[in-house]
Amino acid sequence: MHEHHEPLIRISKRDGISKPRAWGIRLIAVVLSLIVSAIIIYSLVKMNPLEVYASMWKGAFDEKSLFTQIFTFSFTPKTWYFIRDVMILACISIGLAPAFKMKFWNIGAEGQVLVGCIASAFFMINFAGKMATPLLFVCMIGTSILAGAIWGIIPGFFKARWNANETLFTLMMNYIAIRLTAFCVSKWENPPGSNSVGSIRYQGKERIGWIGDMFKNDNPVKFGNDYMWLVLIVLAVAVFMYIYLRKTKHGYEIAVVGDSENTARYSGIRVPNLYVRTMALSGAVCGLTGFMIVSAVDHTISTSSADGRGFTAIIVAWLAKMNPFVMFLISVLLVFLDKGASQIATDFQISEYASEIISGVVLFFILGSEFFINYKVKLGRNKKEG
Amino acid sequence: MLEFLTSLPTLLHSAIVFGTVIMLGALGEILTEKSGNLNLGVPGIMYIGAIAGLIAAYFYEVQGGGTNQIICLVVALVAAFAASMAAGLIYSFLTITLRTNQNVTGLTLTIFGSGVGNFFGCSLTKLAGGQPGQIKVPITNTVFTAYSEKLVKWLDDLTPHIGLGNLLFSYGFLTYVAIAIAIAMWFFFKRTRSGLCLRSVGENTATADAAGINVTKYKYLATCIGAGISGLGGLYYVMSYIGGTWESLGTIEALGWLAVALVIFTTWKPIRAIWGAYLFGVLYWSYYYIPGLDRSSMELFKMLPYLATLAILMIVSFRRKPEDQPPASLGLPYFREER
Repeated sequence: MHEHHEPLIRISKRDGISKPRAWGIRLIAVVLSLIVSAIIIYSLVKMNPLEVYASMWKGAFDEKSLFTQIFTFSFTPKTWYFIRDVMILACISIGLAPAFKMKFWNIGAEGQVLVGCIASAFFMINFAGKMATPLLFVCMIGTSILAGAIWGIIPGFFKARWNANETLFTLMMNYIAIRLTAFCVSKWENPPGSNSVGSIRYQGKERIGWIGDMFKNDNPVKFGNDYMWLVLIVLAVAVFMYIYLRKTKHGYEIAVVGDSENTARYSGIRVPNLYVRTMALSGAVCGLTGFMIVSAVDHTISTSSADGRGFTAIIVAWLAKMNPFVMFLISVLLVFLDKGASQIATDFQISEYASEIISGVVLFFILGSEFFINYKVKLGRNKKEG
Repeated sequence: MLEFLTSLPTLLHSAIVFGTVIMLGALGEILTEKSGNLNLGVPGIMYIGAIAGLIAAYFYEVQGGGTNQIICLVVALVAAFAASMAAGLIYSFLTITLRTNQNVTGLTLTIFGSGVGNFFGCSLTKLAGGQPGQIKVPITNTVFTAYSEKLVKWLDDLTPHIGLGNLLFSYGFLTYVAIAIAIAMWFFFKRTRSGLCLRSVGENTATADAAGINVTKYKYLATCIGAGISGLGGLYYVMSYIGGTWESLGTIEALGWLAVALVIFTTWKPIRAIWGAYLFGVLYWSYYYIPGLDRSSMELFKMLPYLATLAILMIVSFRRKPEDQPPASLGLPYFREER
């Protein structure tokens, strides 16, 4: 009479999981997602998916073998673009890391990057050639960091003081920054009427304020010059952030607040101050990325300077569990998918938006795989637990 | 000033059309958020709803040669609603069953949805001839924008200077459906038992669970139906706002984020979404009607809806009135064994 009802699937939290197993599950997820994407691609273009993946590889690293490129240290332009995009995405993600670690949902990276871009572009346009070049760089970097930090402090302050919802607050700050950028673009447009700023050059030809030409004006432009700086700066930021989060008192406080705000308060951590301080740091790194976008990548400014990467970086930072070095790995994967899918689009004459579909599918799978890392799933109606 | 006053009816007219898109998006999101799910995938869902409705209408009308207006209507509505619900289902499965982070999943859904929308939008454009805007679904477009001219004319004659008929009754039926959904949702939240249960799930999931409410069911249903409603916003955009075609300018994404902003602006109250949406419309289009603005100041004017939302967000957190706060467990995952 007393019928015992057993669930078909039982879920329990894992106590812990070995690192190799966790990475094994993630790898399976990526492979599964690539298979699903392959099915989608096949149903869309009716092409051999393997050929399609070969085409993606070509899109990211060009036809020259990647090994040759690495060993001879002479990258093709495509590979440089790849490195450049990985660096920018990783840098924004690193900026988000401290905020996320304290469970402060900074969705506002897009805006923090853009105000950084505005600050850099302002100095490049108005002061290039009018002040000493080293001073110009100091001003560009300094104001970009300051602008990003301010854009981060505002929501941090409102959260600290009045507990305003930071997710929604930072989201709104993005759109204010986008409109502010549109405003600046229409002020600085060159030539007039084009509604775009165009490549920022002093007196129409000299590249003052371009980071690759900081010491000398090479002709023609060498990709390596600009992008090598990116690699150096972003690596430095990554090392700094890793140490800051793991080895300093500040980093420890951030971790405590992230785990339990109450514990933090009882142990005497000033939580409101921490919100403001950490958001200043988070915004500052995003602002610095804005400087790099203007000075090293685009050499111009537009409302799509950040190009949605402020949002993508949120996913990167989360998947990397706030570890700056894992962020590089995930950025590599995402940029590869993006470049690769664009190449498929040209090779097989389909819309380039296929890249967003594929990225979406892969991310869904990686996100879902975290469940199998954190929880144990048992199938079947066995009576006794083992 | 006089110039501005005479253009006021036109401003209000475009504000209402604009407002309906974000009102539908926001209403769906209010339903979703009441269950405690913060779905940042609204822009993606609106993309998916828009393209599904457009594809369905295109294949019925242009490829299939169908002419029945009712079928056009049903096909577009059902396709948009079902596809958006499917998108909501992806989000629900990941966040509710697999307990992924809501913000991250929502943002991924936005990337995915804008990819799906623009990919099929471009493919359909190619199929239709290649030039942007070449997709035409004239019959469906007519159905979605049809209104009673008699009624409008009658009211216009009664109010010669304001043109009340044109202002109130010259929109497609979805405009009024949106208002009806808002009122129905208010009734559901405040006057029904299931509405109360849903709100309790969003406020304190563990308590609701202990009280015997099927938390998973409520979350799934609210998120999927909410996604369906948001998707109708996308459908309204393609069918009424841009006249039954596709453009890959990213406008839907911007509108989707504005819908998320509107949810905050309304402080999670569906009735407020009605006038809030129209107010956003007025704020958004005001730059177009204020004389003597140069292009750069126009850009600053476009900031207004976001500034208004920020102001509301600040005021709400200053005043700490409990009825204005977001659902208490908004954005938090729920796992019974982790209490």
